[in-house]
Amino acid sequence: MLNTLPVLEFKSSTFFAPILILFNNDLIAVEDALRAKIDLAPEFFRDSPLIIDLRELNRQQHDIDFNQLILILRKVGFFPVGIRGGNEQQNKQAHTLSIPVDTVREQGASIIIGETQKTEINPQVSPQPVTPAVKTPANPAPVPPVIPASTLITQPIRSGQRVYATGDLIIMSQVSAGAEIMAEGNIHVYNTLRGRALAGVHGNTSARIFCFDLQAELISIAGDYKTSEDLNKQTYHGPVQIYLQDHALIIKEIT
Amino acid sequence: MARIIVVTSGKGGVGKTTTSAAIAMGLAKRGHKTAVIDFDVGLRNLDLILGCERRVVYDFINVINGEASLNQALIRDKNCNMLYILPASQTRDKDALTQEGVGKVLEELARDFQYVVCDSPAGIEKGANLALYFADDAFVVTNPEISSVRDSDRMLGILSSKSRRAERGEEPIKEYLLLTRYDSDRVKLGEMLSLNDVQEILSLQLLGIIPESKSVLTASNAGIPVILDEKSEAGQAYADVVARYLGEDRPHRFIDGKQGFLRRLFGGKK
Ligand SMILES: Nc1ncnc2c1ncn2[C@@H]1O[C@H](COP(=O)(O)OP(=O)(O)O)[C@@H](O)[C@H]1O
Ligand SMILES: [Mg+2]
Repeated sequence: MLNTLPVLEFKSSTFFAPILILFNNDLIAVEDALRAKIDLAPEFFRDSPLIIDLRELNRQQHDIDFNQLILILRKVGFFPVGIRGGNEQQNKQAHTLSIPVDTVREQGASIIIGETQKTEINPQVSPQPVTPAVKTPANPAPVPPVIPASTLITQPIRSGQRVYATGDLIIMSQVSAGAEIMAEGNIHVYNTLRGRALAGVHGNTSARIFCFDLQAELISIAGDYKTSEDLNKQTYHGPVQIYLQDHALIIKEIT
Repeated sequence: MARIIVVTSGKGGVGKTTTSAAIAMGLAKRGHKTAVIDFDVGLRNLDLILGCERRVVYDFINVINGEASLNQALIRDKNCNMLYILPASQTRDKDALTQEGVGKVLEELARDFQYVVCDSPAGIEKGANLALYFADDAFVVTNPEISSVRDSDRMLGILSSKSRRAERGEEPIKEYLLLTRYDSDRVKLGEMLSLNDVQEILSLQLLGIIPESKSVLTASNAGIPVILDEKSEAGQAYADVVARYLGEDRPHRFIDGKQGFLRRLFGGKK
């Protein structure tokens, strides 16, 4: 007889996972840095899924032993679930290890638009050594600060677009849901922010996000983040600023 | 030099082909020599809507491959001698469309025509990207529902970054919103997004609202672009769109069902 109960169902949904951006191919340094980071918030990182972002490494043409990297990540307690920005060989290795390769973002979406183009397309901006998001103790010498220019964008940032600024990022138009804006410094959005905004992406904990109308999918400062699920619990009327205090994101209306 | 218009959306079934046929006919009827190209390789709908499917001998890909000249492939419309159709191939696979090939065909068309309308396939892949690559103007066709608005937003991102104008750092493509299949009763019931809802997300210059209308299906079954049905609201709305695109100032209508009704009562077409 006909069985009327469906056996399964597919649903489309988004799944939240932190992204590990590597700036250094020294795996010992990476492991040390990971352990140091995990020690700060062991609960948060335990058994966490993780996406590995190799764009920066590949941009600097630093090769990495991908299999070894996965072993280390698993050893310290992560579940690597994806790779993006990998080169052909790394994507192949990922495939062999059953780790999905994020290609959609690569072809359709890693777009840097507007006035950023000039600074971002040629990646010689500031030949800063490797450090940031994961702090590598192997690199303790402070780099003389390069004062990065701020980036001004006047056109809307649409779904699927990404903008990266080495300094502050100032956006006069809306940022759509599905768009991602990132800055090593502060982010200002003089309009509605519906997408993802990540300030202080190289670990600057004093970076702030300012926006006229906060409806973001995600906000993050120096890696500490809140998703729309957390954000939706409260509505803000008017402009807000977001800053970091003891690893907690504070959202305050600007009055 | 022709102005190249892409009719695009991201999502399928929103009314791109209906719109392409209507505005191409509208421009041609106003005396502008216009070509309309079907980029939807494999599906081939445009020739049906324009009622010339039985006259298709050669297609877009034949021209790209050098198997036919442009003149051999272009079909002159039966209702308007200023309108020509370049049909899509139903048999070839999509890879036959190449940027170089499309560029060459458009360049040749641009010499002889005033407007070239590119009917984009759905999706955000190669076919859609090629349809918009050479565009000067984009008609972003959107239905008042969230998934369509999202896809349009995505398409706008591609328009502003992946077009030839963007790559060359030229003046960006002019983007216009065309809200189609607008059913004001369902908007009032909250079943569909309102114009304001859509504009809050997209903030684009509104070229027109095309109401949901049975006349669209009737027209396409008859192989006559709906813009030629001057009694229908959809036909009038498309005529307004063409007029606005050409720089005329026309108030928006069909936003509200009642308004349309009153207008009809007072013979207010025009
Ligand atoms: N304004 C409208 N009112 C009613 N039906 C419409 C309207 N616009 C389009 N349609 C119908 O929607 C379907 C899809 O239209 P089409 O133009 O082929 O969309 P697309 O090219 O975007 O896939 C067709 O059946 C068409 O008749
Ligand atoms: Mg179509």
